[in-house]
Amino acid sequence: MSFVTRGFSGRRRDDNPRLPPGQTLVNDWPVLSAGPTPRVGTAEWELTISDETGADHRWNWDQLLALGVEDVTVDIHCVTHWTRLDMAWRGVSLDRLFENVESGHDFVMAHSYGGYTTNLPLEDLLDGKAWIATEADGEPLDPEHGGPARLLVPHLYFWKSAKWIRGLTMMPDDEPGFWEQNGYHFYGDPWKEERYW
Amino acid sequence: MSSHLDGNALAGALSDVFQGDVTAASARCAGCGAVSVLAEAMVYPDAPGLVVRCASCDHVLATIVEAGDRVFLSLSGMSTIELRRRP
Repeated sequence: MSFVTRGFSGRRRDDNPRLPPGQTLVNDWPVLSAGPTPRVGTAEWELTISDETGADHRWNWDQLLALGVEDVTVDIHCVTHWTRLDMAWRGVSLDRLFENVESGHDFVMAHSYGGYTTNLPLEDLLDGKAWIATEADGEPLDPEHGGPARLLVPHLYFWKSAKWIRGLTMMPDDEPGFWEQNGYHFYGDPWKEERYW
Repeated sequence: MSSHLDGNALAGALSDVFQGDVTAASARCAGCGAVSVLAEAMVYPDAPGLVVRCASCDHVLATIVEAGDRVFLSLSGMSTIELRRRP
């Protein structure tokens, strides 16, 4: 890589309107992981949405896919400064999963196999903004990338797209998840560079 | 009547604690209670911060997030840390 003075053009190195501030384009898919990689087979995989009534809404793998798998092409922005454009995913919209969930709570804690957590406002998971992703780049998700299924919330930094998703718990207040407890922003909008506290 | 000081009173004691190489310190895991030298913990560097896990139970002992001119340090996974005074 060479760094060349760009004279008076004033152009940023990555002068692309689809690139949020402080981000750099990549074409590969870096693996970030805060711990050992859980190995969860689709036969044992299960997703639960827990609401304040104590009722659990559960889906096994086949029941999840039966809700309808969509193609999704989105840009991914990681808080470690990389961005991938036009990434092809397949997954089930969270609108389908929340169809029969009655809750007065506005916030959600996502729980993963392996113990990871991250917090999100419910409204950021609805209206076509979030999915349970099962495939990326035309392949089933590798365990290293969160397979068999991960949360996909592309309008927020990628740490919100919890790998190895296993549950969503409704919360009355916005409580911090793993990285949010340890220095990262509660919300994580890449266009506002909401990286840290 | 009990009295207390404000946090400025920590300056001497904490600068004493946080000097030198802390990897020789021992810590008790808040998850499983195991006591081990920090150098024996498992460190995951490929994350949005350093994640330090207990070698016995995988519990997160500590995280260090580099944030430009700030560093966020969490030691919440360790119930106690034992540091040796310099001879």
